[in-house]
Order: sequence, then C-alpha cells, then structure tokens
Amino acid sequence: MEWVLFVSQLLNGLQLGVLLFLLAAGLTLVFGIMDFVNLAHGSLYMMGAYFCVTLTSALGSFPLAVLLAVILTFILGIAVELIVSRHLYQRDHLDQVLATFGLILFFNGAVHLIWGPEGNPIALPDYLNGRISLPAGIEIPTFRLVIIAIGLAVAVGLIWLVTKTRMGMLIRAGASNRRMAGALGVDIRKLFTLVFALGAAMAGLAGMMIAPITEANIGMGDDILIVAFVVIIIGGIGSIRGAFIAALLVGMIDVMGRSYLDDFMKLIMDNQSAETASPALSAMAIYILMAGILYFRPRGLFPPRHR
Amino acid sequence: MHPPVRLGVRIAVLLALAVLPALTGALDQPFLLDLALRIMILATAAVSLNLILGYGGMISFGHAAYIGIGAYAVGIPAYYGEYSGYVQLPLAIGAGALFALVTGYICLRTKGVYFIMITLAFAQMAYFAFVSIEEYGGDDGLVIEQRSEFTGIIDMESTHQFYYVVLVFLVGALYLVSRIVNARFGMAVQGAKDNDQRMQSLGFDTFRYRLACYVIAGAMAAAAGWLMGNYNYFFSPEMMGWTHSGELIFMVVLGGAGSLFGPLYGAIVLIILEEQLSSATVYWPLILGAILIAVVLFARGGLEGMLAKLERRK
Repeated sequence: MEWVLFVSQLLNGLQLGVLLFLLAAGLTLVFGIMDFVNLAHGSLYMMGAYFCVTLTSALGSFPLAVLLAVILTFILGIAVELIVSRHLYQRDHLDQVLATFGLILFFNGAVHLIWGPEGNPIALPDYLNGRISLPAGIEIPTFRLVIIAIGLAVAVGLIWLVTKTRMGMLIRAGASNRRMAGALGVDIRKLFTLVFALGAAMAGLAGMMIAPITEANIGMGDDILIVAFVVIIIGGIGSIRGAFIAALLVGMIDVMGRSYLDDFMKLIMDNQSAETASPALSAMAIYILMAGILYFRPRGLFPPRHR
Repeated sequence: MHPPVRLGVRIAVLLALAVLPALTGALDQPFLLDLALRIMILATAAVSLNLILGYGGMISFGHAAYIGIGAYAVGIPAYYGEYSGYVQLPLAIGAGALFALVTGYICLRTKGVYFIMITLAFAQMAYFAFVSIEEYGGDDGLVIEQRSEFTGIIDMESTHQFYYVVLVFLVGALYLVSRIVNARFGMAVQGAKDNDQRMQSLGFDTFRYRLACYVIAGAMAAAAGWLMGNYNYFFSPEMMGWTHSGELIFMVVLGGAGSLFGPLYGAIVLIILEEQLSSATVYWPLILGAILIAVVLFARGGLEGMLAKLERRK
C-alpha cells in the first residue's frame, strides 16, 4: 500500500468527518432537545455558504467574511426558529418533516432569486491556497488542514460548552427532561431559540468551509443533510459525543470505501466484477453501516437515556 | 341526516377522470390528458403510501424508491429486447415486494424518527446502486424504446388506451386499500398504530402484520412505477430521489392521511399547483415552499378533513 496516498486519504476522511460533525452537531442538539426533525438544516448550510460568497467579494477578506457570515447565519437561525420551527415542536414528526421540506423549497427558490441559478465560487487568499509539505513526502492543501483544525476546534469548544458550562448544563437538562427543566425555572423557549441558532451557525460554518472547494450552489445542502442524518442516527439522537464519533466513522468509511474498496473486492472476486461492484458498494457503504447498526442497536450507538 | 358531501366529491372526481379523454378531444387540449396521467400515476403511488403512512402509522420517507424500481422493471427487460407486459409488470410487482420485504424486515424493528430515517437510507441505497450501474445509463438513466406489450388485448402506445389502463390501476389501488383497511387484517394494522402493546397482548403478532402491509404497499407503488416508466419512456435513478419521496408524503398529508381518497386529492392539487407555478415563474419553489409550510401550520386533517367538516356543518 502506498503510504503517501493512504495518509492523504486519511486526512480527506478526517476533513469530511469534521464537516459532517459541524452539520450533525446542530441537528442532533435540536433533535435531542426539542424533539424536532429539521430537514431544513441543510438549507442553513447552503445559506451560510452564500452569505460567505457575497461577503468575501464585498470585503475582500475571506476570514472576516466567514466571521460575519457565521453571525448572519446565527441570526437567520433565530428568525427561522421564531417564525416556523417554534410552532412545530408540539406537532408530530410527520408535520415537522413536511414543514421543513417546505423550508428547503423556500430557501432553494430564494437563493435562485437572489444569487441566480449558477454556482458561486469563493476565491481563497493566497496564504490558504497553497500546499503544505509534511514529513515523508506527503503534501496536502493548506485549506484542508484549516478545515480540519477549525472543525476539531469547534468540536472541542462545543463539548466543553455542553459538559462544563452552566449553559451546557441547561441544554443537557432540557435534553433529558424538558418539562422538568422548565418547571425548575429554566426559560425553555429562549434556550430552544439559542440552541437552534447555534446549530444553524455551525451548519453555516460547514457550508463556508466547503464552498471554496466545491462552489456554493442551489441544493448543496440537500444531499449532505441525509448523510448528516445518518451520522446522528448512528451516533444516537441527542448525543454530541455520539455525533462526533459517528461523523468521523462515516467520513472515514466513505472516503476509504471509495479509494480502497475495489482493491479489497479484487481479493475475493475477479477484476471485472470487482470494478463494477465496488462503486455501487462504496456509495452504499454508509447506509449499509447505518442499517447494520440499527439492526443490532435500534437507537444508535449512544442512545439517549431519558426518553 | 347530513348531505353526503364526501361521497359526492369522490364520485364527481372519478367521473371527471373517466370522461376526460373525450373532453380533451372535444376541447383540443391534449396536454390536459398528459397532466391527468401524471396525476393518476403519482396518486396510485400516494394511495399505496397512505396505506402504510395514514392507516399503519409507518412514515416511510423512501417510497419513491419503489417508483424507480417499477420503472427499471420496464427499462431493463426492454434494454434486452423483452417488451412483454406479462414479464415486465409481474417483475415490477415482484421486485417491489421483495425490496419491501427485505428492507421492511430491518426498518420495522425501529420506531418513530429512526423508522423515517432508515426507510430514507434504504431508498438512498437503491438510488446510489442504480447510479453506479453504468450498463443501464448510470446517473442519466436510459430511454425506453416502446411501452409494455399486451399484444391483441391493449395497445399501450395509444394514449387513450394507456389512459384507461392507468385509471384502472388507480381505481384498483383505491379498491384494494378500502378492502384492506376494512378487513380484519387492516383493523389489526390500524390497531397496532394506535396501541401496539395492546394489540400484542391480544395475541396479534403486530410485526408480521406491519411487514405484510409494508410489502403490499411496496408492490403497489412498484406497479405505479411500472406505469411511470411506460408513461415517460424513460427511467433514471433520479426518480428515486428523496425529494420525490417528500412529494409523495406531501400528497398524502395535503389530501388527508388515513382517508381513502385523500392521496388522490392531494396529488391533484399538488401537481396542478406545481404546473401552474412553474409556468408562471422560475422561482416557483419559493412559493410552493411557503404554501407547504402554511398548509402544515394551519390546515390540519387535509382536504378530506375539510370536506368532512363541511359535511358536519350542513
């Protein structure tokens, strides 16, 4: 096996993993605390990317644009929570799925109206656009390292927030028993808005990190949202720790499956059939993983304790 | 005695669909027929979804997969030169039932949101599986040269004859669902939706009842997919995309989940709305999305629910 290729694939897997975590963290918090299925989480990811597109070209500075765009996505999250989500917490999951499906259509249409149908690239500044040489002849793009670093930093920050701070205590109290938390004097409505907006900002950040690589385009959140759902289902709904482990697992399996599965398949079948079967299998790998995990653990790896 | 509003609307809608080919001929509006075909095919799929979602409480977010499977059951035999409907239709129904049996066995172990997501995951699996099969067009799908053949009985290439085939499937699906939900089997499934534990304590193996129901719905949706493949002369993985599953759910809920004719009304309203909006503006998803949110927030019980309210008021 070529080590250089293997290490760079490992880093790609890590990059996908942390991006998935940024998306999944908000999803799992909203899901775990408010019992709210938010399909429009991917739209917030898309909106983050588009905010960043406009701000980067207006300000001429990518880091500054990211900072402001995160704040904008946070505010958008508050708006969505107040106008739509808040009214759905007491409804059943079917209503939530439908209304947030409507939100997806709404945001896709809105982006089309404001930014037009084409994809929008984000130009990276030179100091992020280069490559970094690691020992043993491994070279990777600087920006990928930045994504991994930011993702891990946010993960650590979030875990610290949830486990060590007073607000995190309230979030955990809300997740395990929201009525009791409310009865003890926690302003549940405010807490919900805050958690929703926090999740929105993290999803937006993920969108901003991916847009310089793939461009911001309409519907960019639709497919990755499904993968983020796979992550939180595998991790166990409501568990940040579960989301983190599952995100890295899914990221690694997806990337490694795409690059190495055909080699493995060639060990057990002839080359021809390995080459036809492995793309299908690697595309399905994470779903197979999820189905397998749900078969043995119907509530994910780290199931919520109080439900 | 209340006036039978709902019965009246049902009869009127079915009659309108039955005489539409004659009307469109007289009015010279062939595109109406096309629209009605699409409505009826998707309504057939929505009726099958309603069986598990509305009556059984199983919120499947992967129902579009069966439409795709049915369409591939037309396309793949046609690719090898096999056009016989006697091969393609049973193949579609069999493949749909088999997919439902295998996936349902795993999905039905889970509940609530986990069920929604795992059905979605299996549909995505089917989607990616067909995307990666280059032989059958991969991402782009393939064109089907001609419709299924029932030599000497029906000419599917004739628009009018095909129209009535589709109508028969729709009415057949409605009839089947009405028979199922009023039979002991359907009662058990509905009972399990309301109180699974009680049904089990009464001695019903609710898992098997649910699974059987899930398989029937899958087979019906695959039959609708068989119609869809014939209608489009085309199949592609895109037909299985999760947004299409979302549309099917919307049809069911808009019309009124758990009411027999609800999905048909939902399909009529949604497709006409989409048609009108998309011809009026390219930004139609914006408006449709807003309407969808409003429907969920303000109109509970769907169109059938409104009709029922109307019936009681008079």
